[in-house]
Amino acid sequence: MPTAPAGTLYRGREGMWSWVAHRVTGVLIFFFLLVHVLDTALVRVSPEAYNAAIGTYQTPIMGLGEAGLVAAIVFHAFNGIRILLVDFWAKGPKYQKVMLWVVVGLFVVTMAGFLPRHLINVFTGGH
Amino acid sequence: MAHGTAAVAKVDSPRSPYARRKTTRGNYELYSWVFMRASGVVLLVLIFGHLFVNLMVGEGVHAIDFAFVGGKWSNPMWQVWDLLMLWLAMIHGTNGVRTIINDYATKDVTRGILKGLLFLAFTVVVVLGTLVIFTFDACPPDAPAELLASFCTA
Repeated sequence: MPTAPAGTLYRGREGMWSWVAHRVTGVLIFFFLLVHVLDTALVRVSPEAYNAAIGTYQTPIMGLGEAGLVAAIVFHAFNGIRILLVDFWAKGPKYQKVMLWVVVGLFVVTMAGFLPRHLINVFTGGH
Repeated sequence: MAHGTAAVAKVDSPRSPYARRKTTRGNYELYSWVFMRASGVVLLVLIFGHLFVNLMVGEGVHAIDFAFVGGKWSNPMWQVWDLLMLWLAMIHGTNGVRTIINDYATKDVTRGILKGLLFLAFTVVVVLGTLVIFTFDACPPDAPAELLASFCTA
């Protein structure tokens, strides 16, 4: 094993993996956004067409997909704040690893607040 | 003719500071970098609010139907909210995907095609979404009343 990194800018660990996760979640959110604007646009076709499309979002499988989507958004949002702090706060780069674990902690707390309520709505709600 | 100082060819002092060569590309990437950070903060507020109202309040996702949208967009606050969210999210997302295409598509042709598709998708979605928000009718006259918001029949 070399003692110093040679010939590479990316050194793995928290910095690189948070960057990878930020890209992956960003792309996922973007493609959902394209679909989401198109399904919402059905309100201009007819109430029946919109209700039929949104009805597919209310099935258990899509409900799990929504949980994943919200997870992606929550991580991307909190890690985005971490990126802002790395860029604009003088001590940001020094604490970037600690801040990733703060992001993960806030992510767990937010999802703990969201998931039970959403999953109860998905699996027991409905008309 | 006297040799005035103004006529003497100007030579840089040997200690003159290094000046970065000017490019013709402008500051586009700088503005894009700033925009990602500024819009990101606004989007955090807009999208968390959107998710809370649509997924957490009441029956959550099961409460969403045509009447729900009608109720929301009869309020100008939600029209502005959704319009701002649409534009900022689409520019933020398109710019992010543009960065990723630039990073991974090394051939000029591939990069051109992917970016062409990206900008096409951006234009279609933003124009369509904007038209929908501004031309939406919560109470279409030929629709069954039970599918509409309560204020349509009141």
